[in-house]
Amino acid sequence: MNLLLFVVFPYVCITVFVVGHLWRYRYDKFGWTTRSSQLYENRLLRIGSPLFHFGMLGVIGGHIFGLLIPQSWTDAVGISEQMYHVAAVGGGLLAGVMTVVGMVILIYRRRTVGPVFSATTVMDKVMYAFLAAAIVLGMWNTIAGSILTLGGEYNYREGVSVWYRSFLAFQPDADLMGEAPLGFQLHALVAFALFALWPFTRLVHVFSAPLGYLTRPYIVYRSRDDTRLGSHRPRRGWDRVG
Amino acid sequence: MRVMAQMAMVMNLDKCIGCHTCSVTCKQAWTNRSGTEYIWFNNVETRPGLGYPRTYEDQEKWKGGWELNKRGRMKLKGGGRFKNLMTIFSNPKLPSIGEYYEPWTYDYSTLTDAPAQEHTPVARPKSLISGKNMKIEWSANWDDDLGGSTETAHRDPMLAKIAEKVKFEFEQTFMFYLPRICEHCLNPSCAASCPSGAIYKREEDGIVLVDQDKCRGWRKCVSGCPYKKIYFNHRTGKAEKCTFCFPRIEVGLPTVCAETCVGRLRYIGLMLYDADKVLEAASTEDDHGLYEAQREVFLDPFDPEVMREAEKAGIARDWIDAAQRSPIYALINTYKVALPLHPEYRTMPMVWYIPPLSPVIDVVRDTGEDAEDKGNLFAAIDALRIPVEYLAELFTAGEVEPVDAVLKKLAAMRCYMRDINMGRDPDASIPAAVGMTEEEMYDMYRLLAIAKYDERYVIPPAHAEQAHSLEELSTECSVSDYGGGQQDLFGEGSGTPTPIAVENFQMLQDRQTSDSLAGPENKGARVNLLNWDGKGSPPGMFPPKGPDS
Repeated sequence: MNLLLFVVFPYVCITVFVVGHLWRYRYDKFGWTTRSSQLYENRLLRIGSPLFHFGMLGVIGGHIFGLLIPQSWTDAVGISEQMYHVAAVGGGLLAGVMTVVGMVILIYRRRTVGPVFSATTVMDKVMYAFLAAAIVLGMWNTIAGSILTLGGEYNYREGVSVWYRSFLAFQPDADLMGEAPLGFQLHALVAFALFALWPFTRLVHVFSAPLGYLTRPYIVYRSRDDTRLGSHRPRRGWDRVG
Repeated sequence: MRVMAQMAMVMNLDKCIGCHTCSVTCKQAWTNRSGTEYIWFNNVETRPGLGYPRTYEDQEKWKGGWELNKRGRMKLKGGGRFKNLMTIFSNPKLPSIGEYYEPWTYDYSTLTDAPAQEHTPVARPKSLISGKNMKIEWSANWDDDLGGSTETAHRDPMLAKIAEKVKFEFEQTFMFYLPRICEHCLNPSCAASCPSGAIYKREEDGIVLVDQDKCRGWRKCVSGCPYKKIYFNHRTGKAEKCTFCFPRIEVGLPTVCAETCVGRLRYIGLMLYDADKVLEAASTEDDHGLYEAQREVFLDPFDPEVMREAEKAGIARDWIDAAQRSPIYALINTYKVALPLHPEYRTMPMVWYIPPLSPVIDVVRDTGEDAEDKGNLFAAIDALRIPVEYLAELFTAGEVEPVDAVLKKLAAMRCYMRDINMGRDPDASIPAAVGMTEEEMYDMYRLLAIAKYDERYVIPPAHAEQAHSLEELSTECSVSDYGGGQQDLFGEGSGTPTPIAVENFQMLQDRQTSDSLAGPENKGARVNLLNWDGKGSPPGMFPPKGPDS
């Protein structure tokens, strides 16, 4: 069972994630957008969207730190378990609360503002369900697991994180995850399901984060692409005459 | 010197009758899709008025365009790169749909479906955004012809700058129409604001376009453009803007708005400019100097040095010829009657305007004086400060002298030509009073009043002599590819694009510029029914008849 849930399922999801993005990028560059609804409604978005997105950036950063950096490394530079715990819980709580509050505002907005609701696709709704579930489970793990320590102490850096790194190294150790508390297991499963959905939702916009803007010249010049005068590139073997 | 060519337009506002034909034909051609209901690539505003979207010219509010920082360097008014990215999740300066208008349709079916009832059924307005019944409170031309201006016109940002002198009393008022398209600026702030780098300026003809495949819908261009000529398609989540009808321009046809202009007030042609001097000119410290600075960026296409450099830069000989015959060059640099719209935004706009003399003439005529007498007109231009200052706010960042000079030239032309038309001896002192010779004045009159199609539109075709390879049918892309595949899976408009068929525009040009009917002979048995104008039966439509019939 552990093998199926924590080895087979995650690999399937990650494969769908990668192949799905490649396929979507080739098939649907035009549909690759944030699908902003700011034009319809701005009052709630102005608060909710930055809260959610900046919170989410913090959450992602926290996950990278917690999952990818082995405990031995932080020990080696002299960060004690206690210090790490305080920083992780403090930062995680702040980012998590921002994310959850932002998400509640955004979902409320999406449901109650007519034009926004009618611009919501089925894929959006499915994605929202998984995203919300992953966020709520993550918050639960932080609050119930790390602060209130319901169900005993659990150091995810000796369990979940090790499993995750073994998973990325293609030498998965399913038992490490099988021993983790239920909250962590569910969070991981929902997150992997979300990864599988990712390429088919508006979440693709994450991969368009425009960091190149900071370094490119302000004005972009482009030559009329003579190899592409129509909207399709000529096939190989078809040379232009003249 | 780095010579570049720019396709540009000049509009003669004296001739605009505010019929909105340009807007309507443009909309039919480009923005009659869902999600683009409120998008007017071309719109005609009544001035004084609020414009579209409302009060878009108030850059203290909308923060569009460029400004100089303390060190005199160019900076986006909306904030630099870092601030731009930090506000990406919610654009603080994006006009809401209410600033444009909520598009609507009418519930027409009730007119025929309603059961028998005492009162006549009515078609109620339904919002195209929420689908609900709505109250129509604003639209693209709500203040057309000064309608409701006593309520709204005092909010005109340009009027506010000279407001203390204006009493909006109906009998004192003046008005004119201002048709607007994208300015295709030399220093476009929309492109500079785009985080994805999807907005680009074409090297060949300077047309500014949005790459629909690269646009990610961050909406920064909408707030970055001070003219608010980039619109957000709320269905596809992509930015859209005026394309200067590039598929038509490439085959030598004028834009749809120019082609269909009833008053024939639009001129299209090339300008050569020195790309190395753009930034320096745009950084001119004094707002009042920007008009002159931009004129100095333009190069004289008759200067042998410029011609040599242009050829070195890969500009074809026929393009240089076209730049020499360009009506735009004549109006901007030879006669100096065209002025840029809002040079103070520092984007170096390339759609220029000949300011209208009509507000002045109307006043003179209403007093019962001769409105074609030089003395009367010159005195009126000097005396009527409000219309002149208002025009200056639009075209020269508030500096009155250039507007004065243009209006006097137009007035002089009127007086000078009247003598000729009445069979009297022309008075050489009239052109001399505005620093022109008689010959120049007559040439200017010809260009402004009676220029024919090919003098108003000097458009060299793009160097795609490979015209035949433009035809997708002959190279690839069979009909089954069009609309094939599963469309709209990820929302409206997703999936592979429906191609713009370049061949359609090539054939359109053939049809419009030849005397024969549709279906050029060299096309053999192929018929494009999309371009069939209904006249005659083009060869190939029916099988060839036998020898005896």
